Amino acid sequence: MNLMNVDYSTQIPNNVGLTEDPRVLKALETWHPGYLDWWQDMGPEGFQESLVYLRTAVSVDPKGWAKFDYVKMPQYRWGILLAPAEESRKVPFGQHYGEAAWQEVPGEHRAMLRRLIVIQGDTEPASVEQQRHLGKTAPSLYDMRNLFQVNVEEGRHLWAMVYLLQKYFGRDGREEADELLRRRSGSTDAPRMLGAFNEATPDWLSFFMFTFFTDRDGKMQLESLAQSGFDPLSRTCRFMLTEEAHHMFVGETGVGRTVQRTCEAMKAAGIEDPYDVARIRALGVIDLPTVQKKLNLHYSLSLDLFGSEVSTNAANAFNAGIKGRFQETKIEDDHKLTNSTYPVLKLVDGEIKRVDEPALTALNMRLRDDYTNDCGKGVERWNKVIEKTGVQFRLELPHVAFHRHIGEFKDVHATPSGILLDDATWAKQRDQYLPSTADGDFISELMKPVMEVGQFAGWIAAPKVGIDNKPGDFEYVKIAA
Amino acid sequence: MNAPVLNTTAPHKQHLIDPEICIRCNTCEETCPVDAVTHDDNNYVVDPDKCNFCLDCIAPCPTGSIDNWRMVGKPYTVAEQFSWNELPVQEQIELNAAAEKGDGEAEDDEAARLIAQAHQGAGGKSIAPASASKPKINLYNRSKPALATVTGNLRLTAAEADNDVRHIILDFGAQVFPVLEGQSIGIVAPGTDKDGKPHNIRLYSVASPREGEKTGANNLSLTVKREPNGVCSNYLCGLKKGDQVQVTGPFGATFLMPDDPSANIIMICTGTGSAPFRGFTERRRRNMKDAPGRMMLYFGARRPEELPYFGPLQKVPDGLLRKHFAYSRVAGEPKTYVQDRMRQTADEVAVFLKNDRTHVYLCGLKGMESGVDEAFADICRGAGIDWSGLRTQMRAQGRYHVETY
Repeated sequence: MNLMNVDYSTQIPNNVGLTEDPRVLKALETWHPGYLDWWQDMGPEGFQESLVYLRTAVSVDPKGWAKFDYVKMPQYRWGILLAPAEESRKVPFGQHYGEAAWQEVPGEHRAMLRRLIVIQGDTEPASVEQQRHLGKTAPSLYDMRNLFQVNVEEGRHLWAMVYLLQKYFGRDGREEADELLRRRSGSTDAPRMLGAFNEATPDWLSFFMFTFFTDRDGKMQLESLAQSGFDPLSRTCRFMLTEEAHHMFVGETGVGRTVQRTCEAMKAAGIEDPYDVARIRALGVIDLPTVQKKLNLHYSLSLDLFGSEVSTNAANAFNAGIKGRFQETKIEDDHKLTNSTYPVLKLVDGEIKRVDEPALTALNMRLRDDYTNDCGKGVERWNKVIEKTGVQFRLELPHVAFHRHIGEFKDVHATPSGILLDDATWAKQRDQYLPSTADGDFISELMKPVMEVGQFAGWIAAPKVGIDNKPGDFEYVKIAA
Repeated sequence: MNAPVLNTTAPHKQHLIDPEICIRCNTCEETCPVDAVTHDDNNYVVDPDKCNFCLDCIAPCPTGSIDNWRMVGKPYTVAEQFSWNELPVQEQIELNAAAEKGDGEAEDDEAARLIAQAHQGAGGKSIAPASASKPKINLYNRSKPALATVTGNLRLTAAEADNDVRHIILDFGAQVFPVLEGQSIGIVAPGTDKDGKPHNIRLYSVASPREGEKTGANNLSLTVKREPNGVCSNYLCGLKKGDQVQVTGPFGATFLMPDDPSANIIMICTGTGSAPFRGFTERRRRNMKDAPGRMMLYFGARRPEELPYFGPLQKVPDGLLRKHFAYSRVAGEPKTYVQDRMRQTADEVAVFLKNDRTHVYLCGLKGMESGVDEAFADICRGAGIDWSGLRTQMRAQGRYHVETY
């Protein structure tokens, strides 16, 4: 069969030849009803019957993977889509460097691979759960559509990981696939595996920050897994990355449009001081210092997702050829890291210092640095938006020691500029750096839904272009379909 | 002395990325098959020396920033683009009359003039339906035409009919030629006229949906009637499989179908004016089977034998398309024109017109315009609607379209 085009003849659209693989097809068909139940229970609340203008992949080549049409979310064709195979691909790093990439799971790395896939898979439904209440307070139909697009694609990413589990990991894989539907974000009995995915996403600014910062962690993880010597994982992740780009877009432009609106409202009201919070809030927009606090929170939570700076697990996964570095194939070195070192920020005698560590064990740190660099560029684009309006304010990424719960700095308090604080001072100053209850209440009050075609809530600017090039008055969601 | 490059280079399109919308996700660079997309720390840009307009990067871009175009005398270099914080405004170069008028139907004098004439009957500025997909226009012109291969040329009218109407299929091979239903292409007949000048370009509406005559094939179809002494139509009707044709376009940015499945569509045509409506119908049939919007066709011809696509049309189910035929030369029957069929089905038309999701399209001979307009006015009068006001409103909302010749 043509592996570029998607086969819609089975219940599960796919380009992996499921019709010729009855065992896996049956396993997935058995899993499918549970997934749909999960989507009904934990997917977007209140809009399951609405017609949403969504993109669906009909093939994985550039011409076919973004077809737009109205669809009810429960009828979205979640499928299994792998990027086209690269001919005679080699393992691009680690001790198997240069050997032919594996089409089957190497026995000795089975447990490690399964764990990585499960962790990645667990984040996908978690974010859908975290965002399920947001539809009700959407600032526009445009934003609502973007939220739902993110949601259905996170659902598809779950399918992608479940396919790998069902296809390559036998009974263990099947059990893990079931567990992915059982855990719940924020649950005390069966929480999701990673911290940031158990936090609430209480409002749209949080959602935008989440898609900018936390989904960007997803992008970095997928990028390193896309390097994997296990070829099916690599191909899965490569296609997921194309979808993930939309999520980055929602976050970056969402925050960008928020700060743009704030600055425009300040200018119109003749307010020059961005710290004149009360007057700015009275305009019905979110003041920039509060945006900065939200940024501080989501960036620091996302940094925790990279794990400990120095990690033997990361070294083992690299050595084994399972998880590479960000853009591994574009790096010029021996791709084995046997003798090189990498500078790691550590807490040494109460001071933050850069210490050289073996590059192999510092891989988490390296990926986190790449992430920080990527985030920084996005923040600079927000600053350009602010600059263009003439408002004097800059958003900044906080220091990596700020507000951490995992890694080197988990036991200390630091300011966003990286000055260490004792517990008492931190307790006093915390609300200067992170959203306070009052900040949260203020934002919550602003979150009034706007569901008229072409209209936007007062706290956010309209986008510069529509989705799929649609005009401003396009009805992205037909709510009562 | 060398003349400045700007004056010697014909204005042409340049593909650009809007740095204010782009999120630098690298998807375009990853996608581009000819490595025309590149980046530095500031921007992602398109190298004008490498980009071949294949458009592979357009759909995967999550932001829409990739879909930007400027008419330029001299292309912006990669280095210039790296330095931008925002896109430059369209430079003031010698653009043709069409671009100056701002119609945006075609950036090609000849084609723009023809489209402007064809759209006159709408009685005001044409506006595309709000939900229409964004068309690509002017990818090919007389100096750089696309070369299509004829893969089919079928006579649609019965052998004994007076008219020779043909269904012609053109294949574009590896060239990119994206069209939307309702758009036209230009055909350049070879040779010169009696004054030794190249023949005028003729525009033909595409009769197939955007996916191609056959889904997935890079082809399209035309409905062409052989006109006595018509240089281009005789050239086209005489083509054989394997012949090559020079094509310009695509053209047309307003006579497009709504993408909204809940939109109703009234289509009124005569003869080869059915071409775009075949495209509309196929689009709905193949891609929006369960569309809640209704489609209705009024189709006039002299006799059933002369009605293009008469056979295939019979097979289109009524649920997808309500069909009303009008024949003006059937022996022993009164002459019936499309406007007569409209009056006979006035109730149906009125129900459609009262719905603000209804779009009206007229395509065919100029002579039909006034008759159809009067029929609409009569029907509206009977239903208590002010047709003139409604028509103005519908036109302003991109719901009333005329393309006649």
